[in-house]
Amino acid sequence: MSGPSDYQPSNPALQWIERRLPILGLVHSSFVVYPTPRNLNYWWTFGAILSFMLGMQILTGVILAMHYTPHADLAFKSVELLVRDVNYGWLLRNMHACGASMFFFAVYVHMLRGLYYGSYKEPREVLWILGVIIYLLMMATGFMGYVLPWGQMSFWGATVITNLFSAIPYVGESIVTLLWGGYSVGNPTLNRFFSLHYLLPFLIAGVVVLHVWALHVAGQNNPDGVEPKTEKDTVPFTPHATIKDGFGVACFLLLYAWFIFYMPNYLGDADNYIPANPGVTPPHIVPEWYYLPFYAILRSIPNKLAGVIGMFSAIIILCFLPWLDAAKTRSSKYRPLAKQFFWIFVAVCILLGYLGAQPPEGIYVIAGRVLTVCYFAYFLIVLPLLSRIETPRPVPNSISEAILAKSGKAVASIAVALVAAGALFVGTLQDARAEEGGTKPPGNSWSFAGPFGKYDRGALQRGLKVYKEVCSNCHSLSYIAFRNLGDPGGPGYSVAQVAAFASNYKIKDGPNDQGDMFERPGRAADYFPSPFPNEQAARAANGGAAPPDLSLITKARSYGRGFPMFLVDFFSQYQEQGPDYVSAVLQGFEDKAPEGVSIPEGSYYNKYFPGHAIKMPKPLSDGQVTYDDGSPATVAQYAKDVTTFLMWTAEPHMEARKRLGLQVFVFLIIFAFLMYFTKKKVWADSH
Amino acid sequence: MNPDASTIAAGAPIEVDLSPVAEGQDIKVFWRGKPIYISHRTKKQIDEARAVPVASLPDPQSDEARVKAGHDQWLVVIGICTHLGCIPIAHEGNYDGFFCPCHGSQYDSSGRIRQGPAPANLPVPPYQFVSDTKIQIG
Repeated sequence: MSGPSDYQPSNPALQWIERRLPILGLVHSSFVVYPTPRNLNYWWTFGAILSFMLGMQILTGVILAMHYTPHADLAFKSVELLVRDVNYGWLLRNMHACGASMFFFAVYVHMLRGLYYGSYKEPREVLWILGVIIYLLMMATGFMGYVLPWGQMSFWGATVITNLFSAIPYVGESIVTLLWGGYSVGNPTLNRFFSLHYLLPFLIAGVVVLHVWALHVAGQNNPDGVEPKTEKDTVPFTPHATIKDGFGVACFLLLYAWFIFYMPNYLGDADNYIPANPGVTPPHIVPEWYYLPFYAILRSIPNKLAGVIGMFSAIIILCFLPWLDAAKTRSSKYRPLAKQFFWIFVAVCILLGYLGAQPPEGIYVIAGRVLTVCYFAYFLIVLPLLSRIETPRPVPNSISEAILAKSGKAVASIAVALVAAGALFVGTLQDARAEEGGTKPPGNSWSFAGPFGKYDRGALQRGLKVYKEVCSNCHSLSYIAFRNLGDPGGPGYSVAQVAAFASNYKIKDGPNDQGDMFERPGRAADYFPSPFPNEQAARAANGGAAPPDLSLITKARSYGRGFPMFLVDFFSQYQEQGPDYVSAVLQGFEDKAPEGVSIPEGSYYNKYFPGHAIKMPKPLSDGQVTYDDGSPATVAQYAKDVTTFLMWTAEPHMEARKRLGLQVFVFLIIFAFLMYFTKKKVWADSH
Repeated sequence: MNPDASTIAAGAPIEVDLSPVAEGQDIKVFWRGKPIYISHRTKKQIDEARAVPVASLPDPQSDEARVKAGHDQWLVVIGICTHLGCIPIAHEGNYDGFFCPCHGSQYDSSGRIRQGPAPANLPVPPYQFVSDTKIQIG
């Protein structure tokens, strides 16, 4: 991409092509001989990591789209069936969902790197602005992708974000109707979001090509911010940068795989495992973690229109950065004051992210306002002022001179700071689920916890019995088919046992040749029948509160872990909030409400249920279900067994996930080591 | 990208029978995918709504202007918070009206904004009384 190439392939067939379309020469000049500064550090590998992530998202996304149904009534179910029935569907979905978070994590590092080393300055303004455009497209794509599973958070996130446009005077309402394709968020909205979510990544890929083009015209910036002058200042892109990027990607994959295989729901919201319901707003609507700083800015400003303008300007202001910061010295390495303000700015962004996840009341609102002012002050006051008053340290004459005088101490401390920052950032979401007057459920030791966790087969079989004899009188289990009971990693029944189990059920089928519906014994391929014909019937039979479907209940319920537990959870892989909660609710019934708590007529007191008034009467009592294997017939044992069973119904491929995760980790660690030593060998002469 | 013909047709006016709604109760019906609250207000709620000096409100509007004359006990509003579109909960908050759980906006017994980030009152949908106990929304 940097002018005509003199590359001549030796193969005559390639020569023939090259004369007609010099594409090999383009690749050769841009990615092989292209001179790259010798002093680039590992922060520069995030460009390659981002290209890799974009490819990954498009690849997994295209395959996911083959199995997804963009319809308001079917979308949620199609995602669940994709995860359960499609070969490695769970892997594809986890890669795509966690991939979005990793993509944003990498883009934030990439942007902050540009900010720190002044990569936006002359002659790289267009390169920087193209980057901001990519970021905006990413935000739109990420938002629309989050809507597609059509869970509660998808639906309400879509409602809140599209309503932002209603703040525009005069035309706002019509714009919102245009976005919705109706009078509220509904099926037409889902359809167009699916279409756009498929389109935008290719637009991103197009802008990325422009971004790389602009990069290769201006040349890469580097940690010292001085342009390469002689050949001694640069090394060829291949093998030097290629192998270094390869090592960077391998390390990044380790983090990515940690989420995919061990904590796929850590970054998500439990409410999104509840199908979208236009009649019920979740108590806390929280966007994905990567939007939280901007969400905090939106909420800090009390006026609706001003809030929306503030939120969008927080991003648009980045476009003007090359002109707001007029300092001649590029790299903050040589700008003592700018360096300090940069880290303050990073802290402001992280704190804004934290506030974005908190309920908008009391001290959080005031803190949000202060930090919003700080955010804008960095761009509008600090940077313009610094370029006038700051005396930078002397900049080295050339890159080779800088390398001779180099010290590697800063990198380690920055790495630690950023990893901590990132972990804090991604974890804020967990904090958002504030408690609604509920007591925290006690922890349990589950057989399925941890990196090597497996389901206890006995508990699964006993849990199934409890479900069948007790829960199934009111609760459906509609995503589970009888055949699943014989799947590997499940209760472990044989094909004959599954067939026998299924034949005990009466399944409605039809119409037959006479046009009548009829009942027949169940087959392995049938799904567990629901106790009620529809939601209204379920509601009417249960005093107005429909018993929820239990297939996903252990993933759809959670409770806030609070700071700093959510950071600890990242390392300990604790993700059993759901099972802990379900088990606690089953055991949390008390005959008499404590003093001062009034329970309405027709409700029951439960210690762990949010608000304490639950419509479900105490479901389990000692001796209610007879166990054949001699396990104690107590409520505690029932609760444990049925919760294990429900964890399996929510996450049927968990054992396969953790098993594959171990293999992937062994491979990635060996691969990363090999890459590292190859890199050392390649760079041996260049340092 | 505007609504297609079937979406518009499905948004035709609906009729709602009010006779089963007792005083102090309210019902939620859906029209055009939006929840509409129909409240049968008590005397106390009406008096509270009318006792407030209109000029002191963030979005000044008198209670009389928000209900149909002669049917003062019936409040019909679109139950979508004017801030960012969440659904407020009826009979909650400090003003005997609606409370939005998302960002804490509070509306009074006339559906007028009293506290919180929402800029405007809950909108009154187009409706008319077909008979004393039946309204047509739309």
